[in-house]
Amino acid sequence: MTITPSRPAIRAAGLRKSFGGQVVLDGVDLEVPEGTVFALLGPNGAGKTTTVHILSTLIGADAGEVRVAGHDVARDPDAVRAVIGVTGQFSAVDKLLTGEENLILMADLRHLGRREGRRRAAALLERFDLLEAARKPAATYSGGMQRRLDLAMGLVGDPRVVFLDEPTTGLDPRSRRTMWQIIRDLVAGGVTIFLTTQYLEEADELADRIALLDRGGLVAEGTADELKRRIPGGHVSLRFADADELDSAARTLGEALRDDEALTLQVPSDGNVRSLRALLDRLGDAAIDDLSIHTPDLDDVFLALTGQPDMRKEPVR
Amino acid sequence: MSSLSYAVADSATMLRRQFRHMLRYASVTVQLIGMPVVLLLLFVYVFGGTLGAGLGDPAGGRARYLEYVVPGVLLITVAMGATGTAIAVAMDMTEGIVARFRTMAIFRPSVLTGHVLGSMTQTMLGLVVVTGVALLIGFRPDATPVEWLAAAGVLAMITLAVTWLSVAFGLVAKTVEAASNLPMPLVFLPFLGSGFVPAESMPTGLRWFAEYQPFTPVTETVRGLLLGTAIGSSAVLAVAWCTGITLVGYLWARKLYDRDPVR
Repeated sequence: MTITPSRPAIRAAGLRKSFGGQVVLDGVDLEVPEGTVFALLGPNGAGKTTTVHILSTLIGADAGEVRVAGHDVARDPDAVRAVIGVTGQFSAVDKLLTGEENLILMADLRHLGRREGRRRAAALLERFDLLEAARKPAATYSGGMQRRLDLAMGLVGDPRVVFLDEPTTGLDPRSRRTMWQIIRDLVAGGVTIFLTTQYLEEADELADRIALLDRGGLVAEGTADELKRRIPGGHVSLRFADADELDSAARTLGEALRDDEALTLQVPSDGNVRSLRALLDRLGDAAIDDLSIHTPDLDDVFLALTGQPDMRKEPVR
Repeated sequence: MSSLSYAVADSATMLRRQFRHMLRYASVTVQLIGMPVVLLLLFVYVFGGTLGAGLGDPAGGRARYLEYVVPGVLLITVAMGATGTAIAVAMDMTEGIVARFRTMAIFRPSVLTGHVLGSMTQTMLGLVVVTGVALLIGFRPDATPVEWLAAAGVLAMITLAVTWLSVAFGLVAKTVEAASNLPMPLVFLPFLGSGFVPAESMPTGLRWFAEYQPFTPVTETVRGLLLGTAIGSSAVLAVAWCTGITLVGYLWARKLYDRDPVR
């Protein structure tokens, strides 16, 4: 997707925040052009949620300047609030109210008037596939339904900028795909999306630009392809029948990364057919049980840039 | 966005939200209103005969004690309502929806005013029910309509005061359990005053406390208005206490709500 240069929807410079002496954000600079999707990617505790909280006027920064849709969040928070929609990491719905009542509550607080409020609530219920559950308390909704309602509530005021803090954490794969489609539709309507996620696949799927946040600082920023280019290429993983086969193959190939327990060798490769054929020719009739091709993905980028172990673990809270 | 009309509109919206909560959590409302009724019946029919004899009135007995204890039970109703308020506020603060409200261009204290108005409605309803039950079992005040109105006004003032204080309790508490404990002393205050027995009958230290604590002048004012006992300086003291507590509760609650909500 090409990005037409325009006024940034979000601009943050030198963002700092500490909680009780513990530095959470240590000088973060961000710029998100209008109508694009920006993904802030990072492990638990990296400062993603704190960043969203500051950008969405929930908390103040210790230092730095933030402008959302041209308004300064510290000096004119209400002007920012009027044009944003926020969907939090933990669902921000009133569980005692029904889905419809939640949406009308938002419409009332946006001072849309009774008729317009009801019209928008009905339209959002339909768009987010919540019509059947509209008259049931949100407490009875499934995780995916609550997230959809949550997002719908953020959209009642027709926001220009939408913040989504880990919108698919804890959702099943199907609900995740539904949410992705909803996000794509929003972008098609010209909305700017600021998304945090710990799923690299999600950033890869949705985002125009991705920033990696680690321990309060940005360690990399760019498009998914740019980031992938920053790390060494992919590899081919070969699993052998026994240790002798592994030994002899390792001697032949030399530069491979060896795992004696799994009986595997990892050989750097760009994964195309010609280089694969060449590799197999070199190994002759070695007993290869299994072969897999690994092209670089954002996981590799993340590991290379942050030295963090597996980040796909569910958050422990 | 902070103009008066938005302040009123947003508070009304939040009040509607509170009413819906009360309807869905009706058991809480029933409990908050039922407990004082049970206490009234307990004190009149179980303890009333004996306690009434101690009031030093030759007519004595249960009927006399019923008259005496009603203002005390009314204040228990107010104090119990406060416990409900603190719990409701604390529960609300743990919900993501309040964080959402903070990121919306609304009259900021409207979440709190919604709670206060909702709780006040609930408590006033409780006061009506308790008074109704008292009338049913023989409570016969000799108050004029103006005196009834004045008594209702004093009770509304103490309810407002205690409710704002409870909102602050609900905000300052780190957990819902803590929030339910913080207003507990309020429930005991009517006992440690002139609500259930005359303060003069208590030992010196306790009597001193009973005479100077805020619920006593409120009790005495309500009693005086409904039953024609001497009010004296109680009315002024009651109004002063109510105003003071309301102001402290309101400012404290605003301050607590305005601080950054995370960690």
